Amino acid sequence: MVLVLAEQNAGKFKKATLEVVTYGRKVADLLSCECTALVIGETDAAATLGQYGANKVLTTADAALENFDSQTYTSALGQVAEKVGAKVIIIGHNSTGKSIVGRLAARMDAGVISGAKSIPSVSNGFVVEKNVFSGKGIASFTLDTEVKIISVMGNSIQPEIIGSDVSPESVSLQIEDSKVTVKERKTVSGTVPLPEAELVVSAGRGMGGPDKWGIIEELAENIGATTACSRPVADTGWRPHHEHVGQTGVAIRPNLYFAIGISGAIQHLAGVSSSKVIVVINKDPEAPFFKNADYGIVGDLFDVVPRLNAALKEFKANNN
Amino acid sequence: MKILVCVSKTPETTANINFVNNNTEFDTNGVSFIMNPYDEWYALVRALEITEANGGDVTLINVGPAANDAVIKKGLAIGAKEAVRIDAEPTSALFVAKQIAAYAKSQNFDIIFTGKESIDYNGSLVGGMIAELLSLPYISYATTLELNGNAATLNRDIEGGTEVVEVQTPFVVSAAKGMAEQRIPNMRGIMMAKKKPLAVVAAEAADDKEKVTEYKVVPKDRSIKMIDPENMKELVRMLHEESKVI
Ligand SMILES: Cc1cc2nc3c(=O)[nH]c(=O)nc-3n(C[C@H](O)[C@H](O)[C@H](O)COP(=O)(O)OP(=O)(O)OC[C@H]3O[C@@H](n4cnc5c(N)ncnc54)[C@H](O)[C@@H]3O)c2cc1C
Repeated sequence: MVLVLAEQNAGKFKKATLEVVTYGRKVADLLSCECTALVIGETDAAATLGQYGANKVLTTADAALENFDSQTYTSALGQVAEKVGAKVIIIGHNSTGKSIVGRLAARMDAGVISGAKSIPSVSNGFVVEKNVFSGKGIASFTLDTEVKIISVMGNSIQPEIIGSDVSPESVSLQIEDSKVTVKERKTVSGTVPLPEAELVVSAGRGMGGPDKWGIIEELAENIGATTACSRPVADTGWRPHHEHVGQTGVAIRPNLYFAIGISGAIQHLAGVSSSKVIVVINKDPEAPFFKNADYGIVGDLFDVVPRLNAALKEFKANNN
Repeated sequence: MKILVCVSKTPETTANINFVNNNTEFDTNGVSFIMNPYDEWYALVRALEITEANGGDVTLINVGPAANDAVIKKGLAIGAKEAVRIDAEPTSALFVAKQIAAYAKSQNFDIIFTGKESIDYNGSLVGGMIAELLSLPYISYATTLELNGNAATLNRDIEGGTEVVEVQTPFVVSAAKGMAEQRIPNMRGIMMAKKKPLAVVAAEAADDKEKVTEYKVVPKDRSIKMIDPENMKELVRMLHEESKVI
């Protein structure tokens, strides 16, 4: 049995959750077993997880699980795993997943891979790949414990509709009261959070200061991308900390990464080099980033980016 | 406040990563090692700030061989009062967590800090594991931590924003950017570190639940196409037709 934690956000499933359910389905196929999705909290959408390959959908409306707490969530997942006899437990590698995979592995004395980047291979043991050394290397881990726990990097797999709705069943669990009180959640609405973004527009010290980012935001808006920046830009407060990507910031693997006025230091590359397509705009033809790019433009970003914005507007007008 | 800070030793950030022995081992040849930046810049410094404001002491703990003493001494030079090294190769996250939990069990620490992840295996696992083994609350990716008596208020990173949580000591926390500012050890700190206690403790038996069977260097198979800066229509066309990302 494969067990997937299907996280909901205000009653809906984000693409990131559907990716995890699809991943769970593929693992279940490899092991010729069923895939169960666990949904915490009531939502009308629960049944739709069947479309992504869940054979069974379990829900729990336990009041102790109303707010996220690693301890109560681990307890819930651990209890369900025991009830259904889960052999592989799958969670998204996001703030929830990162908070509970370690706990769950300790609770179940299980093997764990946090941040898996692809479907396991089972031809010669149970092997899972993940990025190591902040994106500079890839390691294949072999797990031989009875229970295996995997958190999956965002954008590692695309959601696939392969089945139809299944009626959810509710499970009752014994959850102790949470010792953590959530006071407030402040999220920016409208933009896709960086770790989940498929398109990212990032700029660096080449911007020269905090006040000229309009062209970067416009570019991001034109293609529906999320904005990011290099470390010195966040350190000096030109942009907020959560936009800092790289070895000591957020590690991302979008389909498209624009690097504008960023030199391409090894610590920056570490966090972004798994991007599928990289476009570099830099006025220095010797900038190291050009060695790691698919498309390169040598030029002053203050000329090139407005020109690109105009070309994108024209493209959008013609394609609508 | 009695605080434990878990620190690991990682390759320096500019290190080139290579693998040897048929790609089954990390090649440490020519690599210099540092204290994991999240442990040093954020966890350790915030722990010191808390004890400076509220009284108490910071103990450092590392699971590793004697070669790790240089990293531990840096932590003592930055300001920790004492250190403990569990004498074993840190072969997996659960192995390390079990060692630290076994040590911490009888010590009644108010707060146990880790960095948000280590920059070698990027697992983000050890903090949560210690918390589970000790049945403590765990706040991950915390960017601030304010104490009022035994009550702590923390901000933590979530997708696209921040969550504000409250918890009573004792608890485990993993520290992310924002928590504190890096401190450079001064001469006095370095001299004092030489006299601070560094206890070496034998490891408990524990097995690894997973192991690396093969490493790969991330392929650098990009072949760049240069595009005329005057012709951004061409870039848009290529992104649409050739790489199909827009
Ligand atoms: C321990 C450690 C960890 C680190 N972690 C990270 C990390 O996680 N992420 C990170 O990003 N960095 C990190 N760094 C910093 C890293 O080493 C670099 O200093 C940093 O990435 C440089 O940022 P930058 O490219 O924006 O700035 P610079 O290196 O200053 O590059 C600016 C670039 O902009 C170009 N430029 C200037 N003006 C224009 C213009 N008008 N038009 C076009 N191009 C222009 C220049 O040619 C240059 O290439 C870390 C460093 C250390 C020591």
